[in-house]
Amino acid sequence: MSIDTINNDFADLFEQGKSLLEDNSSKFMNTKREEAVEYFKKLGVPTLANENYKYTNLVPAFDHPYTVDLQYRTVIGDLNELFYCDVPELDTNLVLLSNGWYYNQNRELDIPKGVIVCSLQEAAEKHSEIFEKHYGKYAKPNEEGLVALNTALAKDGVFIYVPKNIVVEKPIQVINLLRSDRDLMATQRNLVVIEENAQAKLIFCDHTLTHNKYLSNTVSEINVAKNAVFDLYTLQNQHLNATVLNSVFIRQEANSNVLTNTLSLYGGMIRNNHYTLFDGEHCENHTYGMYLMDRQQHVDNFTFADHAKPNCVSNEHFKGVMDDDATAAFTGKIHVRRDAQKTEAYQSNNNLLLSENAVINTKPQLIIDADDVKCSHGATVGQMDDDALFYLRARGIHEEEARMMLMFAFAHEIIEKIRVDALKDRIDELVEKRLRGEISKCNTCAIACNQ
Amino acid sequence: MAKEEQDKILNEVTQSDYKYGFSSDIDTDSIAKGLSEDVIRLISSKKNEPEFMLEFRLKAYRHWLTMKMPEWAHLDIPPIDYQDIIYYAAPVQKAKLESMDDVDPEIRATFDKLGIPLDEQKLLSNVAVDVVMDSSSVKTTFKEALAEKGIIFCSFSDAVQDHPDLIQEYMGTVVPYRDNFFAALNSAVFSDGSFVYIPKGVRCPMELSTYFRINAENTGQFERTLIICEDESYVSYLEGCTAPMRDENQLHAAIVEIIVKDNAEVKYSTVQNWYPGNKDGLGGIYNFVTKRGICEGVNAKLMWAQVETGSAVTWKYPSTILKGDGSSSEFYSVAVTNNHQQADTGTKMIHIGNNTKSTIISKGISAGKSNNSYRGLVKVVKNCEGARNFSQCDSLLLGDKCGAHTYPYLEVHNKSAKVEHEATTSKIGEDQIFYCNQRGISTEDAIGLIVNGYAKEVINKMPMEFAVEAQKLLAISLEGSVG
Amino acid sequence: MLSIKNLHASINGKEILKGINLEIKPGEVHAIMGPNGAGKSTLASVLAGRELFEVTEGEVVFEQKDLLDLSPEARAKEGIFLGFQYPIEIPGVSTVNFMKTAVNEHRKYKGLEPLKAADFLKLMRDKKNLVEIDSKLTNRSVNEGFSGGEKKKNEIFQMAMLEPKLAVLDETDSGLDIDALRVVANGVNKLKNAENSTVVITHYQRLLDYIVPDVVHVLFDGRIVKTAGKELALELEEKGYDWIKEELVK
Repeated sequence: MSIDTINNDFADLFEQGKSLLEDNSSKFMNTKREEAVEYFKKLGVPTLANENYKYTNLVPAFDHPYTVDLQYRTVIGDLNELFYCDVPELDTNLVLLSNGWYYNQNRELDIPKGVIVCSLQEAAEKHSEIFEKHYGKYAKPNEEGLVALNTALAKDGVFIYVPKNIVVEKPIQVINLLRSDRDLMATQRNLVVIEENAQAKLIFCDHTLTHNKYLSNTVSEINVAKNAVFDLYTLQNQHLNATVLNSVFIRQEANSNVLTNTLSLYGGMIRNNHYTLFDGEHCENHTYGMYLMDRQQHVDNFTFADHAKPNCVSNEHFKGVMDDDATAAFTGKIHVRRDAQKTEAYQSNNNLLLSENAVINTKPQLIIDADDVKCSHGATVGQMDDDALFYLRARGIHEEEARMMLMFAFAHEIIEKIRVDALKDRIDELVEKRLRGEISKCNTCAIACNQ
Repeated sequence: MAKEEQDKILNEVTQSDYKYGFSSDIDTDSIAKGLSEDVIRLISSKKNEPEFMLEFRLKAYRHWLTMKMPEWAHLDIPPIDYQDIIYYAAPVQKAKLESMDDVDPEIRATFDKLGIPLDEQKLLSNVAVDVVMDSSSVKTTFKEALAEKGIIFCSFSDAVQDHPDLIQEYMGTVVPYRDNFFAALNSAVFSDGSFVYIPKGVRCPMELSTYFRINAENTGQFERTLIICEDESYVSYLEGCTAPMRDENQLHAAIVEIIVKDNAEVKYSTVQNWYPGNKDGLGGIYNFVTKRGICEGVNAKLMWAQVETGSAVTWKYPSTILKGDGSSSEFYSVAVTNNHQQADTGTKMIHIGNNTKSTIISKGISAGKSNNSYRGLVKVVKNCEGARNFSQCDSLLLGDKCGAHTYPYLEVHNKSAKVEHEATTSKIGEDQIFYCNQRGISTEDAIGLIVNGYAKEVINKMPMEFAVEAQKLLAISLEGSVG
Repeated sequence: MLSIKNLHASINGKEILKGINLEIKPGEVHAIMGPNGAGKSTLASVLAGRELFEVTEGEVVFEQKDLLDLSPEARAKEGIFLGFQYPIEIPGVSTVNFMKTAVNEHRKYKGLEPLKAADFLKLMRDKKNLVEIDSKLTNRSVNEGFSGGEKKKNEIFQMAMLEPKLAVLDETDSGLDIDALRVVANGVNKLKNAENSTVVITHYQRLLDYIVPDVVHVLFDGRIVKTAGKELALELEEKGYDWIKEELVK
């Protein structure tokens, strides 16, 4: 199918599914939906001709007759029974989604009073004031075809609200379970609002429970208000038949502090769009990511740090190891706008290629329109440091083991940035096993389900 | 430093004048505006070209018609009306120059004024010059002395007449006419340029230089340079450019092709000082250039060194295809933009042969309201073992109304490659200025010192005479400026 | 030579100097000591004209000229030299080129012709010998990659080249090992004569074993609270600064 046919099919879907899409959806969401339909008609699914998608061809991933659920589909069995997270000592507030929809039998959460965790649909109705203040304000359906598509199809996802001065101690873990007997395209839309001086940690996990082909197109909007502190950990762990399209839009207000860490461990094709808008002074941001790819997997991390206000600091570091026929791409854009003086923005991307056929394309970019800034970026592609390897061997360590140690040290630099200890230990363990080739895909899962 | 003083100095910079902006009153043979197959036939027949040339031009033209102007660069260019350009203009001269006396005195005066004497006795020692005005080569010096060694250095048109076999063999092999929009346009309408052939085992005893000058109004300049270096040969080639100050924008779309064979070495230096437009951004040259060399043989070497201070818009990525095993290429660039200038420039290093090496050192200096972008590609293909690249791109900002951008592309398809890219953006530190002030050095001089120090790494790679000119140009372009 | 009266200066609205009074005559060596944060470095920066600091009150007269009216480079050319506590690195600019520009600016100011290259190099050689600076250092970019000791030696070398009337040495001893300290101090002593004056700002007494001051001042909380002969430095070293605080309270 050509890209035009695919785009037209979606346009038909919006047309024919209009009443189903608008049913059970707030007026506000439907207004945004209508705008998004128009944007999508203009933008379509991004192709290789789009400079930002130069290294990721989405057409084959979209070229498939997926089922699209326009209404909540009743879950057979109890997901809570079917699935639980047993990472040792990882005590979280667990929220389950089913194919992108908020599961209607989630267990009660251990969260402070005033904190809201509910379905997006519910939030749009019951908390419309907060919802309408933020929904559709940070994502860019007018620029990004995937966001337009998400906004046009969005019905549900998770909504998290942390009121002023509240600290949520226990991380909130949102697990989206892809479970279907038909090949499925899932649309998940999340909204996270962290109010002034509040704090929270969020973990997003994706998990595929059946072997069907999946395409998930997720958009998350996150607003972090003044003095708030927010962590986002994204664990991507799907099977080879899955396409993960994940767009995150973060807006930071003055003096806020955000740390994100996107860990791509497994997946057929993964594309992450990660936008951070610095919309207040003295914000601090750490954007980290790691990708371990083998077989024919493909991962593409696209990040955009938009420094719109002065005196902010951003620090970005992505690392990847590619084996077999895996391909990876990285684009890191830093834009320092005219008035964003005293910005400090650092970015680095390091890659290790382990096999003949592995490929990395990396594009770190600086776009600087202010003059009083400290910016740097760097990218490296290479192999292991021969000197370090020799040093270890000279101390009697077997070459294979020495390589493993260095590779693990390479990845650990990103893992150690995780600010949830139990999660960090678990990822450390997983990555080591993964690099040693000791475990199958299912075991590489951070959430260690017992299916 | 006080804000007012900064502004004052910035202002002085913005108002520094372009000193090559005069135009000369020379009889010009030009054709009517516009582009069509007939125009191309006319150009070809005026140049009395063999059939294969006309065919090449027509193929290029037909392909160009199917293409769109590229839009990916960080440039803001108003639409160009390609029918509003004169595609052929040449100073009227006698058919063949027998001696210096045959050169139109006005032309000689023009080049004297530019500091490029055409008189061989007056020339700087050891530089042979080919001079191209508007679309046509007016004079090549030292031709005979070079011919004794078997070196061919002449205008492209002469080469088409005298060495059609070499032209037919090599033209378009490094930059095919399908390569890009401007390459196609140039291939269709190019009028002249320089041709260099260095035979096997010969080290060219002097610097070869081409001086390009746009003079006539409403004309585009489309020249083409072809350099062939046979096994074990060496040449250092220099290129300089200026244009009069005119309010309308003029188009310059050139092609440079370089072929470097086994163990041969080419150094290609450019000082580009086309008219940049006035301080309000009116006028100036649109400079769209495709320069590419191929290191075809083993251990072939190609070095690019460029100082880019001119042009309203620069779109230029001198590139090297590293095909021969052990071949290497270096790219050194200083690009200065001021006022409303826009530059999107960089390089491409394509690693194909085993153990190929490339180095990229790019220094951008932005002032005024200008935008200066580095765009570079380092590509290592699948079967290329042991490739090494190191890139460093630094940007220096003077003032808060300019922009500096870096867009490196690293595409690595082989695990044995080692590719490193580093970039920094900085401004001249207030503490550095104060330190200089405290030693009695004025702010303006301090900036001059620092900018020249910043660019030194690149300027040092240029031949002596050019290095001096380049340094002066930097000073003129940025006379005392501060961030 | 230098007369400071009731000098007040602040940074970002915070007052650091709160009324400094100081008289320095030709040929004198003054030491200014005091605890961290007393305002010692601020005083040095204000004298050199650093615009980070705002002078809110008072006057500074240097050789019958109102110093506060002059730009930093004019002050330098009038003969004020600041030895920086943290000398600035200027990548890409060689020390030779840097000094040539500076020396010729000074000469121009005095109505002299610029030095010829050969004369300049001879001057450099002589001064290098005088202050025992390694000639390799002057071939490198200004202070770039220098160790702390090398940077301080480079400051003294520049001082020798520029022959100031008043040298203000801001914590020149900080971070120096004893050998480097000796080299620096010897340089300063050799450059001293009956016409020029030196202000040595330091936290420790040790430097004053080598550069013997005529007068020692104690700067505390933005004011000079005690002035005495060189024995004061020893007393400070022994007893610290607390007794001065106590004296002040009384």
